Amino acid sequence: MFSRSLIGALAGATALALSAGGAAAQQKLKVGFIYVGPVGDYGWSHQHDVGRKAIEKAFGDKVETTYVESVPEADSERAIEQLARTGHGLVFTTSFGFMEPTLKVAKKYPNVKFEHATGFKRAPNVSTYAAKFHEGRYIIGQIAAKMSKSGTIGYVGAFPIPEVVAGINSYFLGAQSVNPNIKIKVVWANSWYDPAKEADAAKALLDQGVDVVAQHTDSPAPLQAAEARGKFGFGQASDMAQFAPKAQLTAIIDNWSDYYVARTKAVLDGTWKSEDTWDGLAQHAVVMAPYKNMPDDVKKMAEETEAAIKSGKLNPFKCPVLKQDGSQVECKGNGALSDEQVLGMNFYVKGIDDKLPQ
Amino acid sequence: MTTFEAILLTIVTASTPLLIAALGELVTERSGVLNLGVEGMMAMGAACSFAAAVTFDSTLLGVGAGILAGALMSALFALVVLGFAANQVGSGLALTILGLGLSGLIGAPFVGARRDPVAPISIPGLSDLPIVGRLFFGQDLFVYVSIALTVAVAYYLTKTRSGLTLRSIGENHASAHALGLPVWRMRFLAILFGGACSGLAGAYLSLVYTRFWSPNMTAGRGWIALALVVFAAWRPGWALIGAYIFGAATVLQLHAQAAQFGVPSQLLSAVPYLATILALLLLSLRHGRAVGAPGSLGAPFVPDR
Repeated sequence: MFSRSLIGALAGATALALSAGGAAAQQKLKVGFIYVGPVGDYGWSHQHDVGRKAIEKAFGDKVETTYVESVPEADSERAIEQLARTGHGLVFTTSFGFMEPTLKVAKKYPNVKFEHATGFKRAPNVSTYAAKFHEGRYIIGQIAAKMSKSGTIGYVGAFPIPEVVAGINSYFLGAQSVNPNIKIKVVWANSWYDPAKEADAAKALLDQGVDVVAQHTDSPAPLQAAEARGKFGFGQASDMAQFAPKAQLTAIIDNWSDYYVARTKAVLDGTWKSEDTWDGLAQHAVVMAPYKNMPDDVKKMAEETEAAIKSGKLNPFKCPVLKQDGSQVECKGNGALSDEQVLGMNFYVKGIDDKLPQ
Repeated sequence: MTTFEAILLTIVTASTPLLIAALGELVTERSGVLNLGVEGMMAMGAACSFAAAVTFDSTLLGVGAGILAGALMSALFALVVLGFAANQVGSGLALTILGLGLSGLIGAPFVGARRDPVAPISIPGLSDLPIVGRLFFGQDLFVYVSIALTVAVAYYLTKTRSGLTLRSIGENHASAHALGLPVWRMRFLAILFGGACSGLAGAYLSLVYTRFWSPNMTAGRGWIALALVVFAAWRPGWALIGAYIFGAATVLQLHAQAAQFGVPSQLLSAVPYLATILALLLLSLRHGRAVGAPGSLGAPFVPDR
């Protein structure tokens, strides 16, 4: 008797709390963001912040956004929990290293929706999302091969992790598709973000006969180094033309805005589900900056390739894909490597003369 | 320009900020004060110099602002460690954290701005000589300043009365004080000099090295400068050699990768640090203690009355 009424009272209180929470959410949805870098990095975190602003613009008074920048991955749990505790209905955690902390906090706050970028572990209230940047890298590979006079193109990489390796392979396959004899030199900066070192890495490549430099590090320094030598490069994450108006051929822009607006709308409409999203050029998650500083025929080729990737006619990792030793990679996707194979890529394709650091 | 020449030029650029910051810290430490805030002062120098250079469209004003910012930061440090005799290690670390944060705030409106490169000095005739021409006579002004500064600091510490005073204060501040030497004044000036040099090194990063500003762009160079002072056994000449070894190691490892030598890049990245440890080991094996370290280094000075 007593216990039943107690349970009833508790259930009533919970229902009340839930409905109160629901009513508050309908009034104004609070959307929180955790960034790994400063919003001023002009790269990765900056682009996520552009997405945050897009949410504010799209929903106006219906939402309120908060962000916490430069959150160290090791110490992110506190920051994420802080957002969950302060009434945020939707929280975006925007770095791979936030994966475990996000899941941990999500378990404690089942009513808060979480979105984790570039991760692979999901939960009923945790979605994951990423973008197919390697599609853009195939296009810039083609441009690089066309623009290179020396026949050697360069690549400044951050760390030899699958995402970067897939980028290098896609870039090289693109280059090879227009010039079978193209050579590539890769330099690892062993840092995502050290402008001076990135510049030195680019200079080292340029000194050794490279005349087009692509980069998978976050600052405009490599591009700027190319400009100073009268050579070419590509912007990373955002349009970096203002740093190197003569050297930037195009840039691979991270565009999270569409996804962020869609997910916020889903929460507002009550249709949000835990999902995994991996969008590319077709969904405008990856956008190419205007093709500049190149002859018309190269520009035309780039635009055609972009259209072909968008329509699904072209996949950078279409089978057969050959490893360095010439052996064929098992084709697990539909006529191309599967998403899992691309996300876990740990080999160089045939034609790259370098050894992949393991 | 041959590849060899190009590599040498890159090494000079990579070494110069390290040398300037290390020289400043060397003088500070010779006076007996350990300032671990080099990284923070450098970050402030980079942010303020870039902000001033863009606002007034003048590289010279930018450099001035960088030096001033570094000096102001070090003045704050001096107030705490001299005025209140606070723990130098703690205060220095706090200065680094403060500098990194504050520089982010100051630089934020200037993200995305860019400056044109500072033109290297060209001496007609000399700059066109093969190999040595560009290397010795075609650098930017900072490079010459850094070399001149090395000579000046070496001369000051060994040949001038004031330099001798500074060193004796660093060796034993109690005795120096008993002799009537101005411990506080000399240390204050030494700290200011260190801050100004760090600020100048920061200005070099944002105005010459990369020509844009972004948060945390010093990326640990302040710490390398600190290590360099130890590596150099507190001697300016060795600081010059050390800075160039560090610079060369950084640049050559990138070249080794591009040339596909097949050595793991992570290992190559660690070479400068391994070199420091090795140098310390060799030095202490020869002398049995941390050579050249000023006797009163890091100890707060409280005169007994």
